[in-house]
Amino acid sequence: MAVCIAVIAKENYPLYIRSVPTQNELKFHYTVHTSLDVVEEKISAVGKAMADQRELYLGLLYPTEDYKVYGYVTNSKMFRKLHNSFTDVMCNPFYNPGDTIQSKAFDGMVSVMMVQAS
Amino acid sequence: MEAHEEKPIIYTMENKPIVTCAGDQSLFTSLYTSLAQQLPKEPMEWRRSYGRAPKMIHLEANFVQFKEELLPKDGNKALLTFPFLHIYWTDCCDTEVYKASVKEDMQRWQNILRLHSSVDWLIVVVESDAKKKNKTNILPRTSIVDKIRNDFCNKQSDRCVVLSDPLKESSRSQESWSSFLTKLRTLLLMSFTKNLGRFEDDMRTLREKRTEPGWSFCDYFMVQEELAFVFEMLQQFEDALVQYDELDALFTQYVLNFGAGDGANWLGSFCAPVRSWNGLLLRRPIDMEKRELIQRGEASLLDLRSYLFSRQCTLLIFLQRPWEVTLRALELLHNCVQELRLLEVSVVPGALDCWVFLSCLEVLHRIEGCCDRSQLEANCSHTVGLWTYATEKLKSLGYLCGLVAENGPTSEDLNRTVDLLAGLGTERPETGITMQSPYKKLKEALSSVEAFEKHYLVSALRKGDPERAEGFLEESLRLYVAEGWSLQVTHTRKQMAECQKLLRQTDDYLQTSALLAGDANLNQEERTHFCQEILSFASQPPGPSDQTVALSMAAFAQLRQLQFSPPGAVVHVGAALQLELRVRCLMPVAVHVGQLAATLHFSLEQGGARGRAGQGDGVVLFPQGSPLSGAGCSLTPALELYEMQDRSPSDSSLNSAGVVCKNVHLLLRRHDSNASLDTPTAGVLPAAVAVDDGAQMLRARDVTLQPGDNSILFTAPVRNPGSYTLRQLCGSVGRVQFVQSHIYPVVQYEVYSQEPQLTIEPLSGLSVYNLLAGIPQRVKFTIATGHYSIKKGDALQLSNTDSMPILHSSRCSATILSSTGGQALSIQSSEKVTSISLPPTPPYHTLEFQLEVLCHIPPAPLKLDSERLTNGEVRHRSKSRSHADSAMIHIDQKVSIDCPWSIYSTLISLTFYVPFKAKHTLLSAGRRKYIQVCLQNVSDSNFHLADPVLVERQPTTTVELLSLNAKRQQLVCSQQSLFCLWEMRWAKDLPPCLQCEFSASFVPISALDPPAAFKTYRYEFQLDRAEICPASGDKHCRTGTLCGLEVSITRQAEPSETEGEEEESTEIEGLKTTKLMYEVVDNSSNWAVCGKSSGVVSMPVAPSATHRVQMEVMPLFAGHLPFPNIKVFKYLPHSAAQVIQPDTDSCLENDNLSLLDKGLDDQGDTASIRSRGSVHSVGSGEQQREQQRGLPMPRLEPFSPGQVFNWTQGRQVLVLPATDDHVMEVNVT
Repeated sequence: MAVCIAVIAKENYPLYIRSVPTQNELKFHYTVHTSLDVVEEKISAVGKAMADQRELYLGLLYPTEDYKVYGYVTNSKMFRKLHNSFTDVMCNPFYNPGDTIQSKAFDGMVSVMMVQAS
Repeated sequence: MEAHEEKPIIYTMENKPIVTCAGDQSLFTSLYTSLAQQLPKEPMEWRRSYGRAPKMIHLEANFVQFKEELLPKDGNKALLTFPFLHIYWTDCCDTEVYKASVKEDMQRWQNILRLHSSVDWLIVVVESDAKKKNKTNILPRTSIVDKIRNDFCNKQSDRCVVLSDPLKESSRSQESWSSFLTKLRTLLLMSFTKNLGRFEDDMRTLREKRTEPGWSFCDYFMVQEELAFVFEMLQQFEDALVQYDELDALFTQYVLNFGAGDGANWLGSFCAPVRSWNGLLLRRPIDMEKRELIQRGEASLLDLRSYLFSRQCTLLIFLQRPWEVTLRALELLHNCVQELRLLEVSVVPGALDCWVFLSCLEVLHRIEGCCDRSQLEANCSHTVGLWTYATEKLKSLGYLCGLVAENGPTSEDLNRTVDLLAGLGTERPETGITMQSPYKKLKEALSSVEAFEKHYLVSALRKGDPERAEGFLEESLRLYVAEGWSLQVTHTRKQMAECQKLLRQTDDYLQTSALLAGDANLNQEERTHFCQEILSFASQPPGPSDQTVALSMAAFAQLRQLQFSPPGAVVHVGAALQLELRVRCLMPVAVHVGQLAATLHFSLEQGGARGRAGQGDGVVLFPQGSPLSGAGCSLTPALELYEMQDRSPSDSSLNSAGVVCKNVHLLLRRHDSNASLDTPTAGVLPAAVAVDDGAQMLRARDVTLQPGDNSILFTAPVRNPGSYTLRQLCGSVGRVQFVQSHIYPVVQYEVYSQEPQLTIEPLSGLSVYNLLAGIPQRVKFTIATGHYSIKKGDALQLSNTDSMPILHSSRCSATILSSTGGQALSIQSSEKVTSISLPPTPPYHTLEFQLEVLCHIPPAPLKLDSERLTNGEVRHRSKSRSHADSAMIHIDQKVSIDCPWSIYSTLISLTFYVPFKAKHTLLSAGRRKYIQVCLQNVSDSNFHLADPVLVERQPTTTVELLSLNAKRQQLVCSQQSLFCLWEMRWAKDLPPCLQCEFSASFVPISALDPPAAFKTYRYEFQLDRAEICPASGDKHCRTGTLCGLEVSITRQAEPSETEGEEEESTEIEGLKTTKLMYEVVDNSSNWAVCGKSSGVVSMPVAPSATHRVQMEVMPLFAGHLPFPNIKVFKYLPHSAAQVIQPDTDSCLENDNLSLLDKGLDDQGDTASIRSRGSVHSVGSGEQQREQQRGLPMPRLEPFSPGQVFNWTQGRQVLVLPATDDHVMEVNVT
């Protein structure tokens, strides 16, 4: 289960970010932000290799001692669900691409994927 | 070979599969070198069980002397010491010898093998010619081999091979070697397959027993590692790695299961407290110390993991995959930390940090050792994780041991450090000699603060270098702000605030504090703290040199909306205009603002404010967005480009191509202002902050802004007309000013000054045509006072006209709009003027009152078509024209009004419509004559008509008019007509002319008004006798006889000034005359014109000048014939200078020429032509042109349509079929 889920725009600003242990939100945000460097690295590497550009799954981005940050990959269907939900958000004619995501449906989907805060 | 047996062979990297050699040792020794060289030369395909892909392998072998001890005993699973093949060497070629000793030896060898159920053996018979030569009594060489085969190779003839002359360089020898080697390899592989397969099966069985209580991971580990060793020995590193990975996964699974509550007994040994944290050791191929620990079951978790990883690392480096090492290393380190936590192993604080730090460095060293620099740089992405992790750990160690504390480590810290250093143990011999080992680094770093700082770049902030820290922070803050990471922004700002406080950067600190005070990410307590920082600074009495501090408003409060009241935001000078500003205060506590002011930019220009002040409701909404969430918008929008191609229209070839940016307006926008608001370090705000006190401003004093939405009311200054734009907003809190330098969207209001205006309009509702002549009508006077205030005694002076008197009415009262009650108007009339005194009215009010007026219907008949016939004297102020649609006659009544605010008279035109139209007809019945008058109500109102009277204007006794109208009063509805009839009786001859006047009384029917007095409608008309003058003598014309035709041409119109040029008046004889040419033509062949049919007459320029010409015509048929046609032309004699206008315009010249051409076609003595407009042409220039043109010719020019009225058009004359004379009259008008 995920502890933090973030959707990041291509300009590196967060479209959506939510984490479960709220007291440590800052750390998660920092972690997510740091991972973006790896995303950039990976994406540019893909561009160079010209191989499998359609591969959306970036894999493990930034493993830390306590958490593992994945870019769109997991061995469950977690990210596919997230992607579908994100696609739904994007299809909403009232959503302005680039805005922060405030969809309730998306929020609900993320909640399902998250570790249930105990 | 013997040496091999003494040494523990398995621990060298030169492990090779063991092959034992029995039989003739000296023979083998002689062949050993060649054999060892030849064996790996050619690869062999290794087909494997369990569907594993076949592999080509180069086989090597370790040939050892056969001993019984080498053979594994039952239960010994060791693979590395396992002899895979047993070879018996012999060069015996003598049957006797064979029988005597060799066979026996072989038998013993075989028996031993059989005892150990080893079936992998081979007998090699070496033959050499030299030996053969020595023996003379040799049997055929096959016989020995055959014997051996017969004796030992029961059905396995391939177990005995012959090697011929192995030491000779001959093709036979080569061949023999080759087949021997192939055999050897095949057998070796067979043995591998068989024995490894068996081993794997055993291993699997062992693994399946892992749920049994006595199972030990360490034992299993040893078994599977054996397999790994064999694969490694066979250079199958991939397979070897798989073995370790399987072990890794198995162990991980156990730990995870333990975490899930399913603990295995053997795990207990791994849960022992960590006593040593000396990191990974990757420099040895096999770390025997650790391996022994594992073998003894005494390894700790870290030991096991370290050993496992060191093996994996070794294999990966063999496989040339150093970067996988780094990845796996990071994973391992993370994993170990997690596993220790999961197994609840007690660890000295900091021990893991040491272990991780050392391990990271060890891995990095190992990688550096096997790669060159360029490779390392290219793959830094793989190593960065380890470096980061190491740095992190060193940092946490620094904190733990008090090495970064400002005061240095405490004794407690020192104790901890000593403990940690103890756990590191002693340095390992491999690295002991090098200067830079991870062990030395860590030990040094932990030993002293200075060394720690050297090794770890301490956070500048902690160590009291806030200046540098601020720089770093600012940079990262900028990034976070730009990318909209609000939590990071908050955190970084907090750190910055700390720096700025230390640096005593008051302005910056206050700005940052303001931002933090309004930051929703902080809790109330923190926010209040920062807010208090500002407030306490603000309340300090300013020092002499201190200036007020200007901070950005954005951090303090947000503008939400602005509402104008009145909503139009357009008011007149002096009016009240209020602005309600709604502000969201971001501060956590209520803030008392001494003054909130908005500076206004005043411009005289007007009219721009409309529409910009909001959407009609006077509300300006400010774009929302918290200071942080706007990050997405602050980013530069993406370029939107599209291709533009310009093709030539003719052949569509490309002229030019380009790229056009569609959203230039967005991209080339100024960004600085937006950024400066958000960036707290922009302490010095733009110069616009300096508030100009002289400027007009909206001001609210002593406002307390509560957290959240606040509403502030401003009263806008409206002293001068012009437009006012809100420029900046400034809130002063003590010494601190919060300034918003731009207000967007633009907020404007407009103040105007208006001239007084008077409008007079009909009181609507009475009829569509509003004002009707002849009956009293109400007219509404509206005075918009504008900037003028009506004082007592001010009066409107209306000039009186006869045709429109103003009726006094008691009901007249003036109403001042937006005030209560009506005020009486006093109206005084003198002969010339009517004076209406107005009640005092303040400026910008509207005064309304009504007056009753009456427009007299002019008594004379109003001819519809000609204005010239109207009497100019009587109606010099009223012009009557027919209404285009309904043929209603209207009268424009002009009223001249003197207003008190102006020295000029106002001329106001009122249009009255005449409600009736009258027509008369003369009817005949036999000899009786009747006059019928049709009165049509053209208005939309209904009327009562009474007393229709018809009288002669100049009463004569000869005619008597007898009314045939019975009813006295009749209803005439809208658009209906009333017919009145009179019989005309006369005693003697009828007068040539009868002037009559029709009059009737009318009154409008109105349901509301009491019956009003009847008004009289007059209609004057004239009856003329037809001017048919029969010729003297004869009564009728007769066919075939000549009759006289009198053509009478009468000038009807006086040539007006403007038209004078067209009427060709010549003044040659002193008398003003115009020449006309007439022509009598009969196109229908009814008449024959006898004699002269045309002529030129001079018409005097005077009204009603008549010229009569007598002519003779002869009717050709009997009956009612139409009169012959008479044409009239302007005659332009040749005497006047004929030409073209000198310089005026060429258009006219062309006209002249065409006329000239036309004229030349008309031949005849009277036909002369001339150009128009020649009156102008005088001077020598024309004369010359005349000569050039040749003879001057007179010309004819037709009248324009409507200028000639043919009186006899359509008339007929009765022609009897006999000769008769007849006189016709033709009137030309």
